[in-house]
Amino acid sequence: MSTITFRLNEKNISLEADPASRLLDLLREDLGLSAVKEGCGEGECGACSVLKDGVLVNSCMVPVGTIEHCSIETLEGLRETDEGRCIIEAFADTGAVQCGFCTPGMVMASIALLRSNARPTLEEIKVALSGNLCRCTGYDMIIKGVQLAAERGDGIW
Amino acid sequence: MITEKTFRNDGYAKVTGRAAYADDISFAGTLHMVPVYSDLIAANNVVVDASEAMKVPGCIRVLTAKDVPGTTCFGQIEQDYPMLITDTIRSWGDVVALVIAETRTIALEASELVVVHGDPVKPVLTIEDALKPYARVVPSYGDSNIVVHHRMRHGDPEAMFDQCELIIEEDFETQIIEQGYMEPEAAICVPRHDGVIEIYGSMQHPFSTRRFTGALLGEPLSNIEVYTIAVGGGFGGKDDTAAIVCARAALGARLLSRPVKMTYSREWSMRESYKRHPYKLHYKVGVTSEGQILAVKTQMYADSGAYLSVTPWVTWRSTAQCFGPYSIEHVHADVYGVATNNVFTGAMRGFGSPQVNFATEQLIDMIAQRLNVHPLGIRRINMVKQGSSTVTGQVLDQHTVSMEEVMNSTVHEIGYRKKYDRCSHGVSETDELYGIGLSISYRGASLGAEGMDFCSAIINGQYDGSILLETGIHENGQGSESVMMIVLAEELGIQLKRIRYRRSSTSTIPDSGTTVATRGTIMGSSSVVIAAKNFKELLATHLAERLKCTPEEVTFHNDKIWGLTFAQSLTWEEAMKELFLQRVTPYAFGTFKAPDVSWDDTVGQGNAYFTYVYSCQAAEVSVNKKTGKIKLLNVVASHDIGKAINRAMVLGQIYGGVTQGIGMALSEEIKREDGKITTLNFDTYKIPRITDLPEMTGIIVENSDPQSLTGAKGIGEPALELIAPAIANAVYNATGIRCTSLPLSIDPQELK
Repeated sequence: MSTITFRLNEKNISLEADPASRLLDLLREDLGLSAVKEGCGEGECGACSVLKDGVLVNSCMVPVGTIEHCSIETLEGLRETDEGRCIIEAFADTGAVQCGFCTPGMVMASIALLRSNARPTLEEIKVALSGNLCRCTGYDMIIKGVQLAAERGDGIW
Repeated sequence: MITEKTFRNDGYAKVTGRAAYADDISFAGTLHMVPVYSDLIAANNVVVDASEAMKVPGCIRVLTAKDVPGTTCFGQIEQDYPMLITDTIRSWGDVVALVIAETRTIALEASELVVVHGDPVKPVLTIEDALKPYARVVPSYGDSNIVVHHRMRHGDPEAMFDQCELIIEEDFETQIIEQGYMEPEAAICVPRHDGVIEIYGSMQHPFSTRRFTGALLGEPLSNIEVYTIAVGGGFGGKDDTAAIVCARAALGARLLSRPVKMTYSREWSMRESYKRHPYKLHYKVGVTSEGQILAVKTQMYADSGAYLSVTPWVTWRSTAQCFGPYSIEHVHADVYGVATNNVFTGAMRGFGSPQVNFATEQLIDMIAQRLNVHPLGIRRINMVKQGSSTVTGQVLDQHTVSMEEVMNSTVHEIGYRKKYDRCSHGVSETDELYGIGLSISYRGASLGAEGMDFCSAIINGQYDGSILLETGIHENGQGSESVMMIVLAEELGIQLKRIRYRRSSTSTIPDSGTTVATRGTIMGSSSVVIAAKNFKELLATHLAERLKCTPEEVTFHNDKIWGLTFAQSLTWEEAMKELFLQRVTPYAFGTFKAPDVSWDDTVGQGNAYFTYVYSCQAAEVSVNKKTGKIKLLNVVASHDIGKAINRAMVLGQIYGGVTQGIGMALSEEIKREDGKITTLNFDTYKIPRITDLPEMTGIIVENSDPQSLTGAKGIGEPALELIAPAIANAVYNATGIRCTSLPLSIDPQELK
């Protein structure tokens, strides 16, 4: 165990953790951030997506030892922000949700995309979300959700 | 159509990440359970040694079959599935022990130390081996590896083949498919102070879960309360296995008097859970020179794996719907379920139809090509029409038979006729070959003659005018709760915001069967209509005097309850208060019983289903001449679902189902070596990604169905069951190569 200091959802945090353990377990088990889901545990499905220094990562593949002094953002920290509300409402309005298990990861991937590219093309949306698996929707309405968020969120991204 | 906008009562909870799935729920003092497997595929005299595991600090207990107070073996049809194996291992998915520890990490560590001994026997791993005369009998019951044999004897095809201009014989094969729900199985079970075990699990059938748990614990059903929580997808796959995960955690909770959580890794889920049956199908089809299909003989073999699960029901549907939506006078079918030592197979969206459709909708195109008739023409000649008789002898006169209308809508939308003439047939000036293909199907809605079919709903009016609704249909992610709310709002003429969908438990609503078989909307919403009728009658009786009219004259609309004039009306707040003052409980119960069906199993004839969903899907592909890679360019899917209650969700079901069908067509396959599954996660089991998908267009055809009290049928399974043959036909039209096995693949050598 060692002391890990990092920034989590805009707050500084310092705790004892095994540097070899998964960021996913630290977030879910130790910090109770259950919007971060585990779907595969090997970086294939994106359900555990979080932002590390603004970059989309699969938290199941991130050892806790590598987040020292980094900024980690999860859906819990973003859902009350303008960005978070914009994408959440767009997803809800377009029917982008079915079982919802992949949805937090999809929202995180969408935020990562729109922050770097506020007006993405269809192909750019597909590439940005290609690390996130969904078994219910066929992705069609998720794409429409991202497009709606881009349209509505003019200026905030 | 009732509503245009997307309505989901659980939408915000899910998009904000607040919805709690099984593994998100915690209770103080929770213990963690993990399963222990063995590398044995088939073995006798199995002994489990947990002595080393028990020495790990924090390991509380290792449970084996000896610890089970009830029965270890259970199942929906045959009670043959060992929730913990006793002394015989029959597949690589069998669980030999359960390790319980203070933390999951400790439980995993201890589980590595459990030692399993047994006398291995040579596993039976193929249908061919299982059917050999002296093959070892795999199941614990019966004396044969043929665990079910359904027959259809409709006319006399053998006598008719002589009169046919064309006879086609062909073999087809379909692969093993994993449901691939994004949330692996999980359960947390809590022993309540009053003796009840509470179950919060990721499963799609609370009542089945309760039966499995009751069997394992040896306790009455009333001792077990299964709650509805958010479920991360099921697609048929969260019945048996998911129920068993719940039952195991409940066993731990009961024996240790503490909450126990069991969360599956993806690898365990892939290893242990049942899959879609792989089929081997043989067809002989006789056709006249005009394209009339006169006679069909078919034999199908489905690998049931080591346990029966619902194999008899899956293969029954393959029998009742053994040759597509066509009216054919002479059909004989023999459909077999065969036991092997493979990981078992069971329910998955489509349930015995995708396999059959893959064969029959290609056969139709093969007939068209051989007779030089247009594929649409062959379909038009043979398809069921109003008043037609099906291959089971059922006359289709109780609903609108819209097969042709549905096919025409797809043909028109995608521009099939012009594009069909542009197909490459193996010849193109560029590296890309182009093809378009289509397929049609009808699907019996709900269970049909498979089983008892009824569903209940409860409406519970509150003092302040708000209303609680619950039904026996389970929310697996498909949006059933929202559909029930929309239907109730329509029936009572009230605003949606008055209604709170109460997530029922097995102790609050009667067993309404499992949420499978495209029955959620048709059965659930019809039960809501009946409960609403009873509710309105109760209210009318007791409010008529206040409204200065007779009970028959009371009406419900515009979020109010009305007498004969504008002056005579009550708000719901006033009305509910009035009932309470009269000491009348504004509460209603309703049960919808499915219309009658019939079945004679000796000849496979009868009214198999009370109604049918009609579907047509078309796909455009390009196939690269150098690599053989198949690229999907466009998909159109039309379905007559009776009536769309929540339009956006219907389209979501269509796109999701088509996408699962695309996975079946092009990328998904559970692979095995010596009985061990080698595709245990999404790196090797390839479900479609967003970048794999083409443009999709869903078309909703609405011919209100009189067999359903809302007019609505369903869409879950029809959406999946026919895109694979449409793509196969498109690939043929692009390349001239007929793919008779799944997933489709083209060897570029053959294109040169």
